[in-house]
Amino acid sequence: MQATIPVDTVGLIEPKTAHFSDALALASGSKLQEFDIVYETYGKLNADHSNAILICHALSGNHHVAGYHTPQDKKPGWWDNAIGPNKAIDTNRFFVVSPNNIGGCSGSTGPLTTNPETNKPYGPDFPLVTVKDWVNTQAMLADHLGIDVWAVIIGGSLGGMQCMEWSFAYPNRLKHTFVIAAAPKLSTQNIAFNEVARQAIRSDRNFNDGHYYENDDKPELGLMLARMLGHITYLSDDALDEKFGRELRDGKIKFGYDAEFQVESYLRYQGRSFVDRFDANSYLLLTKVLDYFDPASEADGSLSKAMNPATAEFLVISFSSDWRFSPARSQEIVSALLDANKCVSYIEIQSKQGHDSFLMPIPRYHEVMRTALNRIAEGLNIS
Amino acid sequence: MNLRTDQALIAEWIKPGSRVLDLGCGDGTLMAHLQKNLNVTGYGLEIDEENIVQCIQTGVDVIQTDLDKGLSEFKKDTFDYVIMTQTLQAIYYPDKLLTEMTRVGREAIVTFPNMGHWLNRIQLTLAGHMPKSKTLPYEWYNTPNIHLCTLKDFEKLCATKNIKILDRTTVDHEHQSSFGMNLFPNLLGEIAIYRFKQND
Repeated sequence: MQATIPVDTVGLIEPKTAHFSDALALASGSKLQEFDIVYETYGKLNADHSNAILICHALSGNHHVAGYHTPQDKKPGWWDNAIGPNKAIDTNRFFVVSPNNIGGCSGSTGPLTTNPETNKPYGPDFPLVTVKDWVNTQAMLADHLGIDVWAVIIGGSLGGMQCMEWSFAYPNRLKHTFVIAAAPKLSTQNIAFNEVARQAIRSDRNFNDGHYYENDDKPELGLMLARMLGHITYLSDDALDEKFGRELRDGKIKFGYDAEFQVESYLRYQGRSFVDRFDANSYLLLTKVLDYFDPASEADGSLSKAMNPATAEFLVISFSSDWRFSPARSQEIVSALLDANKCVSYIEIQSKQGHDSFLMPIPRYHEVMRTALNRIAEGLNIS
Repeated sequence: MNLRTDQALIAEWIKPGSRVLDLGCGDGTLMAHLQKNLNVTGYGLEIDEENIVQCIQTGVDVIQTDLDKGLSEFKKDTFDYVIMTQTLQAIYYPDKLLTEMTRVGREAIVTFPNMGHWLNRIQLTLAGHMPKSKTLPYEWYNTPNIHLCTLKDFEKLCATKNIKILDRTTVDHEHQSSFGMNLFPNLLGEIAIYRFKQND
């Protein structure tokens, strides 16, 4: 429990909801008759609306990026180390907007939402969505907030894919974008990991084809396994080794299947706590969003052709220890941008924490973002 | 932001509005100068993180790159000029990189310290130790300059690579040129500057 809210944060934040009553056509051909987007904002939008930054979240992220919802919150938002007054993404200068994407389970319309046609939660009937659909809804949110052009769109991992999509889908609506720990499409291995996660959920005896909301027992075990697997892939071999090594919980081997090694106990804890905050149907859907993203496939297999409409200036950041979205994948994005003569800078940050590095306050990483944002603020005459 | 004289000389060779790639661009001083004064566009390639941050601050697009891995991400003739100042001598395979420069750029420009300078020759032949100077400040055991050469060596390599030298000049460690240097560049020039291209 926080005695007081730390002063170097954006403080107490209340999420807002934007309701959209026009039908939304999805890439799959399905339609949503209406939908809500839950979002948070930090800082102030300036008079000419030129200082807005959009934060796109990753797989299990949400709109709660910085600050606290109540003084009792144990933790601030998921990227509080980067966003706040005088932080790398400085809320004294920029107006930061962070929506929760549809299909998620943190308040925006998704599987947990009541389907107006059945008066029951959508559950497994919630249509599969794509990065393109998300970006379309984010553009509608921008309209709702009176933001014609984003100064910067920033996203890590799946969030970085949204940045890419923005750059060519709405080239006139962003000036800069930071594509962090991303990839132009999932590798076969990545899709394979997602499939194991999905099968863990779908084969849970309580899954019931996704119709489990009325039941007492939810597919918790499957979701927990999915998260445990994911978690391993987000960390590096070295990071796990450094954190736990072969340390035993009770100091000695007990010849049984209880959690003996510390890493087993850690993973079980991570899996269990994820179940408390995430919905299995949403998790399934989100892994599919990742799998489907492949802009080159819509441009004769050429990523540079796909990126060609973009006019934004790109900053691409990767992390040396990230093997799930490795530096080589970021370099594919960079190569495509170079090939298309786009403005782009690229840096690989030395890190130990694997894919999760993009969430960590690594000094060089934050320095790069801070420096780029200072330059952007100068260019836009933002004081 | 002050240009070194080798950089200032290069800037004189660059046509306004050109597309430029600067290999080992350091803090981006040269690219920033070219962008501002000659309306040049392009990228710097750099490996050092602090330099990359400086480039971002200066507004130079910079790609973190290990030049020893080549320039395969760039297509033929992408740039009007590919520049490399005071970096050639620290490259693992300078011969391959020179070819890469002339592939990616219609013209290439390099500057490097001249091992044939008379002070270097005297240090080795008379004093009997590896040369050290303001342009070559390192000890033999910690120098990053693993492929030092003379003007003669460089020109010989260009000949074997079918590279045509378009321009040559030399300057001293204060980056000034002199009459003597023009007469005996391999003896009196401390820093060599070449503009060249691949023969058709």
